[in-house]
Amino acid sequence: MSTGHDRDELLDRLLLTQELTDVLYDEAELLDEGRWEAWLDLLADDLSYVMPLRLNVAVGQHHAREQTRGGEEVCWFDEGKHTLTQRVGQLRTGVHWAEEPLSRVSHLVTNVRLRRVELPEVELSCRFVVHRNRVADETDFFVGRRHDTWRRTGADGDSAGGWKLCRRELLLDQNVLLAKNLTLLF
Amino acid sequence: MDLTDLLDTANGVISREIFVSEAVYQAELDNLFTRAWLLVGHESQIPEPGDFFSSRMGTESVLLTRDSEGAIHVLLNSCRHRGMKVCRYDEGNTLNFMCPYHGWTYSTDGKLVAVAGELLGVPHFRAGYGSRLDRSAWGLVPTPKVCNYHGLIFASWDPDAPPFEEYLGDFHWWLDNLCSSASGDIGQVRVVRGVQKWRIRANWKFVSENFLGDNYHGPPSHESVDAVGIGPGGTSAATRHGAAPGKPRSVASTSFTRLGHGATGSARYFLGYPAFEEPELTAYFERAEAARATRFEAEGRPIGAMGPATLFPSMSFHAGPFPRALMVAHPVSPWETEVWRWYLVDADAPPEVADWLRRYYLRYSGPGGLVEQDDMENWDYATEASRGPIARRYPYNYQLGIGMTQPSALRGAVESDYFMTEENARNFYARWGQFVQGDSWAQMMDGV
Repeated sequence: MSTGHDRDELLDRLLLTQELTDVLYDEAELLDEGRWEAWLDLLADDLSYVMPLRLNVAVGQHHAREQTRGGEEVCWFDEGKHTLTQRVGQLRTGVHWAEEPLSRVSHLVTNVRLRRVELPEVELSCRFVVHRNRVADETDFFVGRRHDTWRRTGADGDSAGGWKLCRRELLLDQNVLLAKNLTLLF
Repeated sequence: MDLTDLLDTANGVISREIFVSEAVYQAELDNLFTRAWLLVGHESQIPEPGDFFSSRMGTESVLLTRDSEGAIHVLLNSCRHRGMKVCRYDEGNTLNFMCPYHGWTYSTDGKLVAVAGELLGVPHFRAGYGSRLDRSAWGLVPTPKVCNYHGLIFASWDPDAPPFEEYLGDFHWWLDNLCSSASGDIGQVRVVRGVQKWRIRANWKFVSENFLGDNYHGPPSHESVDAVGIGPGGTSAATRHGAAPGKPRSVASTSFTRLGHGATGSARYFLGYPAFEEPELTAYFERAEAARATRFEAEGRPIGAMGPATLFPSMSFHAGPFPRALMVAHPVSPWETEVWRWYLVDADAPPEVADWLRRYYLRYSGPGGLVEQDDMENWDYATEASRGPIARRYPYNYQLGIGMTQPSALRGAVESDYFMTEENARNFYARWGQFVQGDSWAQMMDGV
């Protein structure tokens, strides 16, 4: 039996986990409904958004070499809010042929775990499955891990309860990218 | 293979069969990719003895290695015993490649073997083979031809291939710029670690054709990225390639009529480097541009030749710096291609310059690039919509700019009168036809 103090801590953690899980679900809904401007509102101005390449390396070298490093090496993405805003702008032009007509996209988020809680920031990890179906018979699965840092900003009336994404690392489980492009927002 | 009914480059009419037919594809593998000079990698990817990079030539897996003495080799990544890949890592450091199937081991250690890639270890050599297996005859297959061109490593499977410099011709000015720093210092670039690799459902030739001088596709294909502006110094549409506002991106295209290489732009024309929001970037490139002008004048190098461009058959590039990147289109089937992209920066670029360029490259090129995404959509659906038996009856039109060229000061080259032309593509496919129908090197190199 946990003591009253431990139980309070556990409940606080569960509530925080659920609160952030709801934020992740809300975020997925915005992306899948094409409400990208509302999604951009979830991003902190200092956001770092990185999807490294994944390399085949020998055992023992994984820690040092299996992923390329954001900030210095080639990645699929290594950018911030400005470039993501440009991506949304491009999607809205109506002549971004890679997404005109728009693909059908679903983001599934699971295995949500809090990794570090130092309010106002919380680091969490989760798994993602992103399914894309495009035009007629084009189908892509993007599966991997996500490491996020969310920051509580205290802004009331915000769709995410004031949480802003300030860091996202996306570990896509592919070496050769099997999709022709990465027009999606992850 | 007889291509007479498929290729009429003089009149700008080319059958869709060359993009979708399995027979044509097989002839490409047999007669083109086994003979042409192909890019394998860059020496900065394997700086130390024992370093290797797993690469690809056409459909073949190859290892780019540096042996114990520092020499560079290109070896077929297939065990001579049962064909297993001896290496399935993308990169690493070793002097010995052991096949995981039966354990044959090959070495690039000069202290142990006479020839890099030689068979060194054979399990049960004495008891099983009676020590009679001729290990010197069963090493990893090396490419007979390798050329280190200012750091870029090219190879050919054909021992009779002409020297790389002859295959390149005066198109070397474009490759020289790709290999040069922003200040024009040749050989002073390095690969940023990490090669992007991805699959597209398009025939590989769409990639080459797009880069070898197809200015025509720019406005309709890339309107969406020009609307948001991703170039240096802000958001205006003209900055995608770093052009100053109001200055044309290009005044002509250049085609090497016999060798098949082609480039958007001219050796006579240089955009200049742009201004940036970041003062340290502006300062770096102002200094570099001044140094480049001085150096090029002293060395007699033409001011332009920046591309985008394609080295026949399948290596395309921007000679830089906005962006400075190369891609190789590896065939997978008539309808599928694996694209590899390398990104280059000045070897001595300060961290803030290298970082700015790297981020620019990633938002420009590759599957995440705002520019390239729209190209791939077009190549894929063009391939798909050309496969049907009815569609195949109707050839593609390559008549843009026929007869509208002028001689270039470069050997074997012409420039288009108008900056949009399909002259480059016509000449590329004429060269492609010579390879695929099996013309000899003597025929192909005579008078180029």
